[in-house]
Amino acid sequence: MPAVVSARGLVKKYGDLVAVDHIDLQIEKGEVFGFLGPNGAGKSTTMHIIQGTSPLTAGRLEVLGMDITARAKEVKALIGVAPQENNLDPDFTVLRNLTSYARYFSIPPAQAKKRALELLDMMQLTEKKDTEIEQLSGGMKRRLIMARALINDPQLLILDEPTTGLDPQARHLIWEKIRDLQKRGTTIILATHYMDEAEQLCDRLVIMEKGKFLLEGTPRALIEEQVGSCVMEVIDPPGQGIEDYLATTGGQVERSADRIYLYSRQCQVIQSEFRGRFPDVYSTVRPSTLEDVYLKLTGRRLRD
Amino acid sequence: MSLISNIDRGAIYVWRRNADVFFKTWKTNFLPSILEPLLYLVAMGAGLGSLVMNLQYAGQEIEYIRFLAPGLVAISIMYGGFFECTYGSFVRMHYQKTFDAIVATPVSIEDVIAGEILWGATKSFVNSTIVLLVIIVLGVTFIPQVLFTAPTMLLIPAISFLGGIMFSSIAMIFTGLVPNMDSFNYPFYLLVTPMFLFGGTFFPTTSLGVIEPVAYALPLTHTSVLMRDLSFGTVGWMDLWATLYIVVLTVVTFLLAIVIMKKRLVK
Ligand SMILES: Nc1ncnc2c1ncn2[C@@H]1O[C@H](COP(=O)(O)OP(=O)(O)OP(=O)(O)O)[C@@H](O)[C@H]1O
Ligand SMILES: [Mg+2]
Repeated sequence: MPAVVSARGLVKKYGDLVAVDHIDLQIEKGEVFGFLGPNGAGKSTTMHIIQGTSPLTAGRLEVLGMDITARAKEVKALIGVAPQENNLDPDFTVLRNLTSYARYFSIPPAQAKKRALELLDMMQLTEKKDTEIEQLSGGMKRRLIMARALINDPQLLILDEPTTGLDPQARHLIWEKIRDLQKRGTTIILATHYMDEAEQLCDRLVIMEKGKFLLEGTPRALIEEQVGSCVMEVIDPPGQGIEDYLATTGGQVERSADRIYLYSRQCQVIQSEFRGRFPDVYSTVRPSTLEDVYLKLTGRRLRD
Repeated sequence: MSLISNIDRGAIYVWRRNADVFFKTWKTNFLPSILEPLLYLVAMGAGLGSLVMNLQYAGQEIEYIRFLAPGLVAISIMYGGFFECTYGSFVRMHYQKTFDAIVATPVSIEDVIAGEILWGATKSFVNSTIVLLVIIVLGVTFIPQVLFTAPTMLLIPAISFLGGIMFSSIAMIFTGLVPNMDSFNYPFYLLVTPMFLFGGTFFPTTSLGVIEPVAYALPLTHTSVLMRDLSFGTVGWMDLWATLYIVVLTVVTFLLAIVIMKKRLVK
């Protein structure tokens, strides 16, 4: 079976700015594929290229087996998009937003209405079906955008930060839906800033920075390779040489303003030795997460 | 040409979207279109017209209000499309991000632009039809001078739509170029208002003397020539030229609008 997304040497320039810098990408059917990376990394740009709304500057890209430049209309008929920015139609109510969107896919009105009502039910927006868009809360708008992305029963779903601004219940609602769709064979591309979300949902992911992929793999493998299975966090009282000491233990040491992180595979052993030496210093051991990988890779400090 | 081949039923869907929004509030939309021609006909036609003596048109003396009425139809064609495809389209494009949402579906950017222009032309058609109906009602009731009976009048709606495409396309070109909405003042003051005043609407272009040829460069002049001759049933060579002018300018500005808007929209 051909890959759902197959990209070679993808480049996107905005004037002098290289937003996507020679990336290769292969996404298989039924995968949930994640894009992580700091603001401005090029996640949304890459998604725009894949969904056929932004032409590529160089490279080759096939989506669902079709060349994106030559057959954009056919590709778009088969994909669903939840953009990062709200672009719901403020001239229509909630329900009309879905039915008018369905028309762009040539879905017959009766079928569109039925589907729209199902999706509203699924996103728990049935009560709001006759509400104007500007009267929705931010989270309701995100849910409606998600519903809209599903109106054409897409084979490929592109979700750009679908859970940003959602309350915990709504986030879990979206997560359940994503798992559900995956079970039914839908391929999903997901950009997110939430590491727990990526770790839970993604089969594979990339961490992007400045238009390039820094890392690619399954969440488990990335954690194992990059930071080991556990982390020891130490609150660092200045002037005791703790960082130097930890560097001798064989793990990798990172630091933020007031904490030292030791990535290792034997945190328990190291911690008990550490406690012997520095009995008054607070330390804790926990399993490492994708967040550790991400922060190790992109730095713990706020970026410019 | 790929510009054109990218246009299909998607353009109709975009048109339908705008029509749906229009008909949601159709009552408030129709009222101004009825009032405006009434005001003009009474104030300019009956009021100002009573001061006008010996007005000559096509070698005949006619009353001012009779001259004015078809000009008002032409004006409504221009304003219908021009407002819709400047302010209307700009709001949808820039503030509402409606176009961004649509182009993520099988509807292409070219469909969106064509659909917007078709919708602008529909506004021209609707507005001018209302003006025409107002004139007919007044002609039958209070102002017999504006009772037009030539069968060529039946062509007016079709020409309105064609002229609507032309004015909407010109408007769309500006929408593709302006940095912000305030900048629409320029095309309105420098192009639309001069056409409104000098485009053979309120007085015959012959009164312009040596600068009359300049008036014939303006799209509205040809539109008002057609409206007047179709209303009076005095169709001649001039109207053939006017039609040709409108057809050619429509094709050129339509294509140009697509090229320029595409440049703006493709990111
Ligand atoms: N339309 C545009 N014109 C010019 N530059 C752009 C445009 N869109 C994005 N960029 C630039 O491209 C780069 C990548 O932006 P992009 O939106 O893809 O980032 P992102 O990874 O999605 O970030 P975020 O996490 O903030 O959503 C940024 O430097 C941005 O300024
Ligand atoms: Mg983004």
